Amino acid sequence: MGSIELQQVRKSFGSVNIIKGVDLQIKDGEFVVFVGPSGCGKSTLLRLIAGLEDVTGGKIVIDGKDATERGPAQRGLAMVFQSYALYPHMSVRNNIAFPLKMAKASKEVIDAKVARAAGTLNLTDYLDRRPGQLSGGQRQRVAIGRAIVREPSAFLFDEPLSNLDAALRVQMRLEIGELHKTLKTTMIYVTHDQVEAMTMADKIVVLDLGAIAQVGAPLDLYNRPDNLFVAKFIGSPTMNIVKGPSADKRGADCVGIRPEHTDISTTAGEWPGTVRIAEHLGSETFVYVDVDGIGPFTVRVDGEAPLHASDRVFLTPRESRLHRFNAAGARIAA
Amino acid sequence: MAIRKSLGRRIGVNLLAWAIGFVIFFPILWTIMTSFKSELDAFAFPPKFFSVHWTLENYKEVLSRSNYPLFAYNSIVESVGANIVGLLIAIPAAWSMAFAPTIVPERKETRMLYAAMLAAILIAAAILYLIGDARGDWRIYGPIVAIACIPVVFWIATRRTPDVLMWMLSTKMMPGVGVLVPIFLWFRDLHLLDTRFGVGFMLMLMNLPIIIWMLYTYFKEIPAGILEAARMDGASLLNEIVYVLTPMATPGIASTMLLAVILSWNEAFWTLNLTTHDAAPLTAFIASYSAPEGLFWAKLSAASTLAIAPILVLGWLSQKQLVRGLTFGAVK
Ligand SMILES: Nc1ncnc2c1ncn2[C@@H]1O[C@H](COP(=O)(O)OP(=O)(O)O)[C@@H](O)[C@H]1O
Ligand SMILES: [Mg+2]
Repeated sequence: MGSIELQQVRKSFGSVNIIKGVDLQIKDGEFVVFVGPSGCGKSTLLRLIAGLEDVTGGKIVIDGKDATERGPAQRGLAMVFQSYALYPHMSVRNNIAFPLKMAKASKEVIDAKVARAAGTLNLTDYLDRRPGQLSGGQRQRVAIGRAIVREPSAFLFDEPLSNLDAALRVQMRLEIGELHKTLKTTMIYVTHDQVEAMTMADKIVVLDLGAIAQVGAPLDLYNRPDNLFVAKFIGSPTMNIVKGPSADKRGADCVGIRPEHTDISTTAGEWPGTVRIAEHLGSETFVYVDVDGIGPFTVRVDGEAPLHASDRVFLTPRESRLHRFNAAGARIAA
Repeated sequence: MAIRKSLGRRIGVNLLAWAIGFVIFFPILWTIMTSFKSELDAFAFPPKFFSVHWTLENYKEVLSRSNYPLFAYNSIVESVGANIVGLLIAIPAAWSMAFAPTIVPERKETRMLYAAMLAAILIAAAILYLIGDARGDWRIYGPIVAIACIPVVFWIATRRTPDVLMWMLSTKMMPGVGVLVPIFLWFRDLHLLDTRFGVGFMLMLMNLPIIIWMLYTYFKEIPAGILEAARMDGASLLNEIVYVLTPMATPGIASTMLLAVILSWNEAFWTLNLTTHDAAPLTAFIASYSAPEGLFWAKLSAASTLAIAPILVLGWLSQKQLVRGLTFGAVK
């Protein structure tokens, strides 16, 4: 069991409000990703759930019971830290066994569980090494191993992959995804990388300045961003925002068009402009256009496109995929 | 880019280092040399270097005249015992300051409360001092009350870790003689004079600020995330300190312990004033050879050599550990 509920959770450090009243429901077995720019309070929110920080206000309910006053050891959650936080003076075996020893498990149980976790995570050959003798990816696996032996009701990950190189990051991402499929345990995963968020999450929580900007399934956020912040944060390259007559015409303060939802033509279209740079990747082409009277605009074209710097082009947004926002930055329903 | 220095300059620096080392070591060398001279040679002026009749007489005399093993035993028990207890108190204290510091922004009310409490304590102390005159020793308790209450004032009024650290250091700024009389009377009333427990207790109190400061700086080097991981893994506070913090800080703890033992071993003010015979450590053993009716240089030197020998050997053996501990954190 691992349902978690946050009710009006607030946190201040001194006089600075970092988390400003967060309400959130996480169902048992869900993979939830907290995403947002650096400094928006993702780690703080995770640490509040873990019990490593005390809330300034609000309630944290775990499995239907109020856990706000409980210490980290009593919440039944496991955490994987960005810095791995392995015990440098213990062997890999003892690192993984540590939570079981703290729970006073018998030696046979400890040995069996450590062996099983090591098997799952390909660590069997490294059990007698110290963390200092392992590579980054292996350390990350030890940290995960230490978390899974406790059989927690939920896992908390704080940017676990950000210290790994790109290739390893993709691999570990898949491994964590598979782990979730096997264990079916609730996972809360913090990242500033929206690609990680989109690929891993059942549910994404977008945070902005300590408040929830939007909660939803990855494609919901992509297709129906509630506000400009989410619109600009989700999707790569970022959504183009257009103000002025083109927005007024559509009854909005500004409109957002994703690069992949814009048609580009050398003959006719709504917005004339000049190509600044065209990036040809083969599978796709990114065209950076200076639109007359609007400014920089990014277009993504599938496959190859015969466009080059200083070509004159015309852009046309696909009306059905266009997002309208009011002056406060909120979405205007279709 | 490595910094290149000319050969001449390197020789110069080396010579200077040796010269400084020699100047620092010379008194010890001279003491050791004197301990092997006859009293007459030891007195000779200008001092004799070569035409000396080397002898072990002084050692024989000193060892037969006083009970060296008892003094040595007292020194060991008091300096080691005091600092083991000191460590047991200091580790949790340093833990809390390094990993759970209280940094409350200073507010006007806090400062006023602090000033009011300080004033109240000083007034109470003054009253005790004034009316105490009529009641024998009572006046002595005025300053004691004042001094004993200052930590409490700090705790209640500020509760800020940096202040507490500063206050602890400030206790080392006051000369011990300032509280000698009250503490002597306390020891007398509590029957702690000339007991190993009493001396150990005093040495422990004396070193506690240094031990806490040193441990605090070592603990600061340990990533807080590792202790948080232990907490998430279900470790109680005690388990966190015993299984995670202490093993990780072993080099730092060891060098703190060594330094504290050396300081206690050499402490002469309290040990001389609070002991007579039963609990007297090696400092008292040395002092017993400096008599007012004339110094016996050679015997005094022999006694000094006997007194510092154990700690010199300890320091020598633990040199590596000490240096490693003192640079702990610099090399991760
Ligand atoms: N212990 C603390 N004391 C004071 N400010 C803190 C503390 N922890 C975090 N903050 C502040 O809270 C904000 C959010 O931090 P954090 O949750 O780490 O952001 P994120 O993980 O989203 O990058 C930052 O501005 C940070 O400076
Ligand atoms: Mg963070």
